[in-house]
Amino acid sequence: MDRSATSPSALTGAVRGNGDAVFATIVRCSAVLILLGLGGMVAVMAWGARGAFGRFGLGFLFDKAWNPVTQHFGAAAPMFGTLVTSLLAIAMAVPLAFGIAVWLTEIASSRIAGVIGTLIQLLAAVPSIIFGMWGFAVLVPFMAHYVEPMAAHTLGRLPVVGTLFRGAPYGTGFLTGGMILAVMITPFISAVMRDVFLSMPAVLKESAYGLGMTRWEVVRRIILPWSRTSVVGGIMLGLGRALGETMAITFVIGNANHIGWSLFSPGNTIASLIALEFPESAVGSLKFSSLMAVGFLLMLISLGTLVCSRLLLRSKAAGR
Amino acid sequence: MAGHDSQAATAVDTPCTSGRWQGNSLSDMRRRMVDRVATGLCWAATVLVLLMLFSILFVLVRNGISGLRWVTFVHVTLPPGQDGGLANAIVGSLIQTGLAVLIGAPVGLLTGIYLAEFTATDGRLINAVRFVSDLLLSAPSILVGLFIYMIVVVPTGHFSGLAGALALSILVVPVVVRTTEDMLRLVPLSMREAAFALGAPRWRVILSVCLRAARDGVATGILLALARVSGETAPLLFTSLGNMNWSVSPTAPMASLPVTIYQYAGAAYADWTALAWTGALLITTGILMINITVRLGLGRNRK
Repeated sequence: MDRSATSPSALTGAVRGNGDAVFATIVRCSAVLILLGLGGMVAVMAWGARGAFGRFGLGFLFDKAWNPVTQHFGAAAPMFGTLVTSLLAIAMAVPLAFGIAVWLTEIASSRIAGVIGTLIQLLAAVPSIIFGMWGFAVLVPFMAHYVEPMAAHTLGRLPVVGTLFRGAPYGTGFLTGGMILAVMITPFISAVMRDVFLSMPAVLKESAYGLGMTRWEVVRRIILPWSRTSVVGGIMLGLGRALGETMAITFVIGNANHIGWSLFSPGNTIASLIALEFPESAVGSLKFSSLMAVGFLLMLISLGTLVCSRLLLRSKAAGR
Repeated sequence: MAGHDSQAATAVDTPCTSGRWQGNSLSDMRRRMVDRVATGLCWAATVLVLLMLFSILFVLVRNGISGLRWVTFVHVTLPPGQDGGLANAIVGSLIQTGLAVLIGAPVGLLTGIYLAEFTATDGRLINAVRFVSDLLLSAPSILVGLFIYMIVVVPTGHFSGLAGALALSILVVPVVVRTTEDMLRLVPLSMREAAFALGAPRWRVILSVCLRAARDGVATGILLALARVSGETAPLLFTSLGNMNWSVSPTAPMASLPVTIYQYAGAAYADWTALAWTGALLITTGILMINITVRLGLGRNRK
């Protein structure tokens, strides 16, 4: 190998330059292939969606109907479900992820933090269909028998907030979907937070402790302000993941085309709608096109979120 | 627990015992209480999420262990009540993930090389490609399935294992790109300089010196990509579809573990749901093993 590595030096400069040019072209092509991949995905979705947008216009976005019999479709209900479950997930995952990141960086000894951190990251490797089965087998009965009846009897009696917690305790629905998503995205968010917390110059924390601040005050007044941009970036990354999650949600969302204020009511998300209805729709039909259209919307929403996330995370990552 | 308490005590008590700096003792107590509560909540968050992990593993083992029989590995999926197995799904999964890595890893590898080694000349394009690759890393996988459905399944007129592999390969690429770039950046400049000084052309330096030095890390990335796609269900639903019979032809619809699990988990037959749990146990064990191996290997290399 060593001999052959030096042999090209005997060749003429022209041939050597040629080899470099060929190599550069190959790697450049494969890089451009990635750009084409994403561009192609957006373009194909838009192309497939043209029938639905042509038929319903922009009203498609705000139409609650999804009726294959009357050939009337709208994206409002699945979009509502996607946003509600993802926002619920973020609301639950952010405190969890923050607590874990603080525990791993500030509270636990580094040996234990290594082991526990690995375990938490293993949770991120579990496939989403497994979360779906777990949710269906464990979380749904738990919600139906304990959480939802209890919440309906207590929180459900409050004047305004109560609306959120009324409804039949099926166990499936927006809240359960949000909880599954929360468990799934917590490892991602906490990994980002932990990395930022660890990259903070130790002298800032040490001087704060030296002035007599408690640990919580250091976290709240020193670490959090310093890492705010990246923390928000990490949260957006989690949101982007939650928006496009399919298999886990499909098991627990209840699959009803429904918009309502009750967190217990079954609904659907864009991804679960596609997973369930796409196999039953013929190419070229209006339903097919409508499914492509909601897919296109999901693409726009999740790419928008991920772009925000990357822009926020880049400021710190650049110094890495 | 004990270590944590003493650590907390030193952090909190220092200002109080040092006398003169102590403010009014009421606010001091309040600060200490807030700190205790916050610390407790951090413990609770960590314990809660760990409990979720163990709960998932426990349920998988409890429901899936009974199906770990010889029959499961040699019989194909059969109608309910006929003692079916998962053989076609297991083999189909292996073929599709294998093909996906064969297609996706070279593209990811070359792009990773491009991102790490051509910064001087192609700065702008490189930033764009890195950005897009990072987006693909988290893009909704079901849309990847739709995409391949439109560009492969519709033109060819039928579902196929190859279409499934193509969909998975789109998910392989960004993972490999990311790790390859990161690992190549860790290769010391002096090694490149030494190789250039010997008169090696650039492509030779990159392939024979840099890539060789980064070999372990790059292999890690490919393994992680394999682990990631082997559990993916959504991209396969509309591409390889699933197949109840034995089939290893990449041009025919092909069974896969995740899709079979999806079809069986919601079924009303007890033997089908049991098989779904066994499949879930198999796939999760495989993925977690790969992840643990990779992490242990990485930890060893860092020391």
